[in-house]
Amino acid sequence: MIHIVKKEVSKTRDKILIRVGAVLAALVLSSIIVAFAGANPIELYIGIFQGCFGSIHRFGATIEKMVPLLVLSLGVMVAFKMQFWNIGAEGQFLMGAVGATLVVRLLPNLPLPIMLLCMALLAFIFGAIWLMIPAFFKARFGTNETLFTLMLNYIALTFVTALQYDFWKDPAANGMPKIANLPGNALLPSISGFNLSILFTVIIVLVMYFFMNKSKIGFEIAVLGESENTARYIGINITKTVIIAAMVSGGLCGLVGMFQISGVSGALSIEITGGLGFTAIIVAWLSGLKVPFVVMNSFFFAILLQGASYIQTAFQIPGSVAEMVQAIVLFFILGSEFILQYRITSDKKKREVA
Amino acid sequence: MEFVFFLSAAVKAGTCLLYATLGEIISEKVGHLNLGVEGMMQMGAVIGFIAGFTFGNPLAAVLCAALAGAAGALIYALLTVSFKANQTVTGLTLSIFGVGFAAFFGKTFVGKKVPEAITTFFQPIKLPFLGDIPFIGDIFFNQSVYVYFSYILVIAIYLYLYKTKWGLNTRMIGENPVAADASGIPVDKYKYFNIVLCGALCGLGGAFLSLVYISVYPVNVVSGRGWIAVCLVIFAMWNPGKAMLGAYFFGALDIASFWLQKYNLPVSIYLFTALPYLATVFVLLFTSMRKINNKKEPAWLGKNYFKEDR
Repeated sequence: MIHIVKKEVSKTRDKILIRVGAVLAALVLSSIIVAFAGANPIELYIGIFQGCFGSIHRFGATIEKMVPLLVLSLGVMVAFKMQFWNIGAEGQFLMGAVGATLVVRLLPNLPLPIMLLCMALLAFIFGAIWLMIPAFFKARFGTNETLFTLMLNYIALTFVTALQYDFWKDPAANGMPKIANLPGNALLPSISGFNLSILFTVIIVLVMYFFMNKSKIGFEIAVLGESENTARYIGINITKTVIIAAMVSGGLCGLVGMFQISGVSGALSIEITGGLGFTAIIVAWLSGLKVPFVVMNSFFFAILLQGASYIQTAFQIPGSVAEMVQAIVLFFILGSEFILQYRITSDKKKREVA
Repeated sequence: MEFVFFLSAAVKAGTCLLYATLGEIISEKVGHLNLGVEGMMQMGAVIGFIAGFTFGNPLAAVLCAALAGAAGALIYALLTVSFKANQTVTGLTLSIFGVGFAAFFGKTFVGKKVPEAITTFFQPIKLPFLGDIPFIGDIFFNQSVYVYFSYILVIAIYLYLYKTKWGLNTRMIGENPVAADASGIPVDKYKYFNIVLCGALCGLGGAFLSLVYISVYPVNVVSGRGWIAVCLVIFAMWNPGKAMLGAYFFGALDIASFWLQKYNLPVSIYLFTALPYLATVFVLLFTSMRKINNKKEPAWLGKNYFKEDR
């Protein structure tokens, strides 16, 4: 008989080797598909590389794609650490952007620093509330949070659609369904193509590293994720911990909404998320819910995203190829996790060990 | 008469949801939350259309669509059942993959018409006797063969889940795989079977859209209906019969905006767009707050089962 046994720990070197192997295998398979599409895969990969690092402007674009993904992934990570499956990052992202836009609509004449601060604050609060609702029901009634947060994505999306096509529609846009662009005092200042959200992101990464690894609440979240009984036994207030973690998780995702409209798109619209909320879930998970790996993987996915948009214009290859390549890479990495966590033994060996 | 038209159209609009929902129910009953419904529907829709366009044969088209959906599900099953990968993440990845897959392979077919032979085959056919019942006949029994097949499926899946030993085992695995395994049920085999069948049904749901529901292939034929199907499973409380009613209700909401405009009704169309999700949240809250166990999700939904942890 063949048995599958959990491994205790894998060596870091093995981890890196297996992951790199998985990515390479995925790229080989993707190359076959690309060749099938009538393009030269080698040229394509060079194209992706050039699209990301070819010039300071393109590198800026790569970082611009990395910022929202990184902060979203950090947000999702906090909830996941607690075994709370927040797949509603997409919705929290949108609601955060709604909160930030609301500030501009209510108080359009605030000076820039105060304006940005208020926008960020309200974005955080809106995102936080959007996750605290399912968190409350989870803690109180055991309501399934995976399904609840998934639904809330689409409720938020419909809400923003209603705002864009009706309630907040810009009358000056000649009937185009769009929300008015933010005024100059609500835009994040940028220095040679890199806007200020990059600086904030660096701070967020550092804060989150300490929050998760050094703070009391971070420890409580981790314990709660491991075992609810242990958490109860050592006297952790479970409801409070769940709500705080949800606040941080949803709040960070909401904050991304502000970064995105104030730093990149310039206005709230249904397209601002670009599915990043879902990608973030995958990034957080593949990073083993550890901050340094979240940073690394966000960068890797930003390369894929930026490379995809570049090859679309440079090679006339549809962006859907990049989506497929991205998914294939993910499939391989998900599969390779198995090799890292389990090993296959036969009965005979097991008896020897025993 | 107009109202009968509306309901008949709602049944048609709900049929693609019904196929996918029935599939997702049997997958969730065995404990696997597959968020790849959207992806598998997309794969079924595009492959179904390509096969139909190439062969001009309706049955070949439908078969290829089911196989495409099943292939997507097989990737999911391999990763989550055999390789113990996280279900949520794998499902989302499958959705990303399916959307990309459909956009890529469907690109050259955008704007192409469904072949004559297929349109004729899937035309509404009025059934003898049943079709003559007032109202009911016009709503339910003057439909395409594709719709009739979904009626049979609802009954078949109900019987499978609640009246056969296999269905009992399936539900037991979803509730408690440890006990199921201990009593000698081959857990992994059941999981593979249910998941792959779910994929085939999602593929059929997608192909209903590309072969029957539309006449010209659009850029994105499924466009988010897979997520509505995921909602519908909860809304129907994992019950095939209620899934049928729910599918037609959600189908009605899907076409409501068109009819609202037609009659200038002063109701916000956004409410109708959001209603499937709001109703689902309501059901989710209601069942968890009242602790109605036989109407709740399977206890091991979303959790993988690892034999050696037992």
